[in-house]
Amino acid sequence: MKSISLLAPGHRGCAGCCDAMAAKFTLMGAGEDCIVVSPTGCLEVMTTPYPESSWDVPWIHSLFENASAVASGIEAALKALGKQGPKIIAMGGDGATMDIGLQALSGAFERGHNFTYVCIDNEAYMNTGVQRSAGTPYGASTTTSPAGKVSLGNPRLKKNMPAIMVAHGSPYVATTSLAYPKDMIAKVKKATEIEGPTYIHCHAPCTTGWGFDTSKTVEVARMAVQTGLWPLYEVEDGKVTKVRKIGNNKRPVDEYLKMQRRFKHLFTMEGGAEEIAKIQAIADKNIEEFGL
Amino acid sequence: MAYDMKMDKQKMVVVEGSYAVAHAVKTCRPNVISAYPITPQTHIVEDLSQFMADGEIQNCEYINVESEFSALSALVGSSAVGARSYSATTSQGLELMHEVLFNVAGMRMPIVMTVANRAVSAPINIWNDQQDSISQRDTGWIQLYAENIQEISDMTAQAFKISEDKDIMMPSMTCMDGFILSHVYEPLVLLEQDITDEFLPPFRPDRILDPKNPMTFGAFADPNFYTEFRYQQEQAMQNALKKIEDVASEFYDMYGRHFGGLIDEYRTEDADIIIMAMGSIVGTIKDVIDRLREKNVKVGLLKVRAFRPFPAQAIMNVVRDAKVVVVLDKNISLGMNAGALFIETKSVLYNTDIDVPVIGYMIGHGGRDIPMSTIEKIIADAEEVMRSGIRTESQFTDLKEELI
Repeated sequence: MKSISLLAPGHRGCAGCCDAMAAKFTLMGAGEDCIVVSPTGCLEVMTTPYPESSWDVPWIHSLFENASAVASGIEAALKALGKQGPKIIAMGGDGATMDIGLQALSGAFERGHNFTYVCIDNEAYMNTGVQRSAGTPYGASTTTSPAGKVSLGNPRLKKNMPAIMVAHGSPYVATTSLAYPKDMIAKVKKATEIEGPTYIHCHAPCTTGWGFDTSKTVEVARMAVQTGLWPLYEVEDGKVTKVRKIGNNKRPVDEYLKMQRRFKHLFTMEGGAEEIAKIQAIADKNIEEFGL
Repeated sequence: MAYDMKMDKQKMVVVEGSYAVAHAVKTCRPNVISAYPITPQTHIVEDLSQFMADGEIQNCEYINVESEFSALSALVGSSAVGARSYSATTSQGLELMHEVLFNVAGMRMPIVMTVANRAVSAPINIWNDQQDSISQRDTGWIQLYAENIQEISDMTAQAFKISEDKDIMMPSMTCMDGFILSHVYEPLVLLEQDITDEFLPPFRPDRILDPKNPMTFGAFADPNFYTEFRYQQEQAMQNALKKIEDVASEFYDMYGRHFGGLIDEYRTEDADIIIMAMGSIVGTIKDVIDRLREKNVKVGLLKVRAFRPFPAQAIMNVVRDAKVVVVLDKNISLGMNAGALFIETKSVLYNTDIDVPVIGYMIGHGGRDIPMSTIEKIIADAEEVMRSGIRTESQFTDLKEELI
């Protein structure tokens, strides 16, 4: 497998960086015959400080909110020029996907372009200093939804992005986690082989933004899955076709929350226990809905 | 150089301006067209869509995007893989593209886009002025303005040739006055396919996104590198000054038509008064000049065809011996109480040995009609300036005082 070399080492990512892992796994799934589009964000900044680049595949960055439109243009152009073959992958963060880039993403999926969109969801605007996004989970303290005397952190639930992409009629939507690389690689491979717009939503713990030791990225990611807060599933033509069962490995959410600085206030502030109970209810709902 | 127009009457047809543009685009063999409908650009994209539906544009994809922002963003992708890429828009659509316009120029993508010039909101107004494209003057796009539908048709092929030149690689806006040109039916010679194929060879950029030879496009440049990227964009713009002239001449040699390079002139040889303007108003001005010349008023026209790059030297050459220069602007830079062409003309004459008074008129905002009598009145003002100097340097034209 030539996979490792497709994202060269020496980039400027933090130790334990989730973006680097997600990009590497994506390229392992897609293979070298691909063109990658990245919106503005950590991945773009850390991999392409001119005149250096970590990308051993053709790669383009245009703006923050237009990766899906750029991918649409690439797909249309390859068709027009009779150069079909390369897989087209857009790979962006939760802000670029769920907030500012949602319109372009929706348009590209509605038009049915043949490409795969990978959302690397680290649940806040990390590149600019951990501000809240539509991916930020309930109760998390970020720099724009900080815990404070009258605040217990982010007051809203995560946007259910995979469901939104299913609603677009995408033939394949899957969730992945950095703790399960084989699963992610297989899902990316499958997504890129299916005709039409396909969507991968990768849960990606950020050591800097979430506040955990740089050696713990995978452990934190695994705990999100084992608590039921991040269910792993595939949806094909609108139907859930595969779910990763937790079974006897099920863990309470406080074990996940305790690992991270962004939830620390829930264990020290008055009212925190009630918030943790609400987060447990979110996990329980997922477990019931997907039969985890 | 004198250009003897050889318009072949046998070849002339009467079509709508938008159709002339769509036909010109088709003849240029685009690979990707991406556009979002907005009045008064719609007829252009409808005609292109019909060409697509009838299979008349080979090796081309038309993307029905969900916004102007995505219209131009999609062309970033298509251009990056080597596709000749086209869009059309106006007004609010162009303003929505603002961020992408800079990006396209910075990434040196030779996209061509027709702008059917229209006023900007608020108040919302669908009629013509040129505030939309003027407000994008610093984005790094070449901007050409057309006088009539023959010129906008011909300009389309010229724009691709200019933009795609290896020494340029900058995007172009071809600007036509909304409704006045986009919806008017006039006789013209449509671009001939055989001549255009010879005039405009296929787009073959040196660098494309290709898995066989992976390259990184759109890297970030820190303070050590950013300045040089900006410098090279400016160099490309300076290269375009000559290229625009050369392409217009080459076009004349092959098609027999010439509407100017960077600028065009009409009866300027002995003119005391030089009127400067861009776009369809030029036709009205020529008629007024003919009328006044019969009364021995020495007035001539300097048509500005290229607003970016700005034709400083060409303008200086024409106005050098004039007694007064009058600049008409279908736009305003709010807070300067003046239009952009006026401001820039004044700026290029400063620090030179040319000493000529320049006065400016903001005119035709939001589609306000510009009758010949208004132009005559402005020229009468200019005659007064020759006699007794400037009283008002820049002003609104035909203001309805009773509405204020």
